[in-house]
Amino acid sequence: MALSETLQGPPPTSVEASGWGGDPGKQRRASITGVYVLFAAITMLFAAFTSAMVVRRGLGDDWTGFPLPGILWVSTAFILLSSVALELAQRALIHSAKDGRQQFARLWSLGTLLGLLFLGSQYMAWRQLQAAGVYVSSSPGSSFFYLLTVAHAVHVLGGVAALLYIEAQALLLQLGPAKRTAVEVCRLYWHFLAGLWVYLILVLKIWG
Amino acid sequence: MASHATHVHTPPSGFIRKYIFSMDHKVIGIQYYFLALFSVFVGMTLSVLMRFHMVYPDAKVGFFETLWPTGAPGGVMTPELYLSLMTMHGTIMVFFVLTTAPQGGFGNYFLPIQIGAEDMAFPFLNMLSFWTTFVALMVLMAAFFVQGGAPLGGWTAYAPLSALGEIAGPGQGKGMNLWIISIALFCGASLMGAINFISTLIDLRVPGMTLMRMPLTCWAWFVTAILSLLGFAVLLAAGVLLLMDRMVGTSFFLPAGLVVNDQILNHKGGSPLLWQHLFWFFGHPEVYIAILPGMGLASNILSVFARKTIFGYRAMVYAILGIGFLGFVVWGHHMFISGMNPYTAIAFSVMTMAIGVPSAIKTFNWIGTLWGAQIRLTTAMLFALGFVSLFVSGGISGIFLGQPGLDLYLHDTYFVVGHFHMIMGVAAIFGMFAGTFFWFPKASGRMMNETLGKIHFYATFIGVYAIFTPMHVLGIIGNPRRYADYKEFEFMGPAMSVHTFMTYAAIFTAAVQIIFVINLIWSMMKGAKAPDNPWEATSLEWSIPSPPPFDNFGGKHLTVHHGPYEYGVPGKAKDYVMQIDPE
Repeated sequence: MALSETLQGPPPTSVEASGWGGDPGKQRRASITGVYVLFAAITMLFAAFTSAMVVRRGLGDDWTGFPLPGILWVSTAFILLSSVALELAQRALIHSAKDGRQQFARLWSLGTLLGLLFLGSQYMAWRQLQAAGVYVSSSPGSSFFYLLTVAHAVHVLGGVAALLYIEAQALLLQLGPAKRTAVEVCRLYWHFLAGLWVYLILVLKIWG
Repeated sequence: MASHATHVHTPPSGFIRKYIFSMDHKVIGIQYYFLALFSVFVGMTLSVLMRFHMVYPDAKVGFFETLWPTGAPGGVMTPELYLSLMTMHGTIMVFFVLTTAPQGGFGNYFLPIQIGAEDMAFPFLNMLSFWTTFVALMVLMAAFFVQGGAPLGGWTAYAPLSALGEIAGPGQGKGMNLWIISIALFCGASLMGAINFISTLIDLRVPGMTLMRMPLTCWAWFVTAILSLLGFAVLLAAGVLLLMDRMVGTSFFLPAGLVVNDQILNHKGGSPLLWQHLFWFFGHPEVYIAILPGMGLASNILSVFARKTIFGYRAMVYAILGIGFLGFVVWGHHMFISGMNPYTAIAFSVMTMAIGVPSAIKTFNWIGTLWGAQIRLTTAMLFALGFVSLFVSGGISGIFLGQPGLDLYLHDTYFVVGHFHMIMGVAAIFGMFAGTFFWFPKASGRMMNETLGKIHFYATFIGVYAIFTPMHVLGIIGNPRRYADYKEFEFMGPAMSVHTFMTYAAIFTAAVQIIFVINLIWSMMKGAKAPDNPWEATSLEWSIPSPPPFDNFGGKHLTVHHGPYEYGVPGKAKDYVMQIDPE
């Protein structure tokens, strides 16, 4: 029998009643899947940039390297520590029943702050290079340096916005179970960005 | 339960939230469909103008000058204007029609319903994806109206001329900037769409809807989404590099010592071939992004109207996956004439030939489905059969072009124009027509007019073959492509009558599309009321009212018990078993 024959009366006013086929966990799983799918897209973007870099480096004889600003290693430390802070925050939220939320808020704030410091130190690195006369069009190496670091920073900016959103929710004490998915997604995205940065700094160190 | 409240939306009541900034996948699907319909008419008009110019290059047409004062002084189209029409035709058709309607339109509307979901996984992202596509289209159209006009470089925007700016031609300045920005926006929109499609399909299927019980349309949309995800990310990267070469003086695609229009350029070390590699790494999967949903639709419709289960369901699924995978390793066949190492060319050629295997499996299975069937020749079925015909006709010429030796000769001729229009253009468009006639009753609650539909089908079918078959012959005699006219080529003299024939065929084919538009609008207003399951089909969308309620299933929790193509079942009162039937 067709389902429509069993449908009586006007359509319901909300799908909340049905809640994804009665399984609210579906939305959480879809969000986690979605963020992994996003990683695939970002990976392709940076794979394209990197392969362009490898090809471009092999062409002609105009590739001149330049010393990477030392502050980039400080950036690396910031983003890695930030990742650790967010990981600990998530664990606090899950495992500590009592002060979990407070501990979460403290660690998450620390992670967010370290994320902002990462962006700040990246900015410093660009300023230092400009002061040394290394601009985006100075050499193919510098073009790729700015391309990769700025493209990564744009993604970090999106990540920081997400961290601040969770931060605001935590401060407003609205971090109920619904937001746990958002916390999880942010944490995964941030780890991915940290991993991506490690990859990029190695690429720039080895081929830059 | 707040975890779903974060995304679940109640039906909006205001006009703007309900029809404009809607988060309902059905409304967004219809928005995508109409965006593509608008785009296809713009693209088709441009093609008729091009065909006209090709056979009457010296004609003075008053409104050309009105539309393009600098592009058509005195009403005579300049070669630059011709090239800009060609570029815009290709870009609009490939991105805003072939990529948009089959996936964004039909996929958005029917993927959630066919797997039993109330909506896409991320409705807000879905809305954002449509409106980003809309802005991308507006940015592209704006290229017609800026100083210098629309870009000239074709839809492939080959470097170095695309990377230079105004010096390379009138439309290569501001027009090209807008082109790149539009495509970058489109990439973003497609990535958002792909994330939504993949997450929805993986996580929101109802119990019993195993992967191997999904209609083949869902498989096609799924693999298309994966191709979009991986392909558009690379195109976005290429677009960023191109914009940097143009705006900030980098040399990714620009070699040293380039002299353009008597000016020596201050770039060095880049490679125009790098652009081609990045572009075609996206560009070849793009062909399958356009055609795979049509394949899924054709499979679905053939089975419904043949009243037989699809022949070789699993083989069809593996063929879709095979085509999707191979689509990523054959981009080099677009570059055989780029001076590629012959051994590399052979590798790409072998991979290209390999695509013939899953393609042939699909064709064989379509024929197997039709074999001995009691076929119901509806308009949707006719268009699905037309799809198969055009896919075979267009695919076979692909086997020729996949041979480096033959491609060296044929690549820059009309043979290629005929090939890709057949397989990527009109085959995909026939898939869209088939989808429209098949699903219109479900989406609108009304039937389309079958008589008008059949007249439209036969006229279009004859029309497209009349346009594109002669192109293959012209290609073989060496007719170059991307030329505004052939006045200077003596050897083309005898072939001009063929061009004239093709132009009239194009005008005829464009004109008969009015029948479709009339049918669409008339049926929306006055069409006969559609029952819930007018085609006696089995998948989930046919078990709900036409049009579907806001949440698709009226709050019911479905369980799927059957595969999608159980037709001609012996010993049953009806000759089909719905997917949700418990027995």
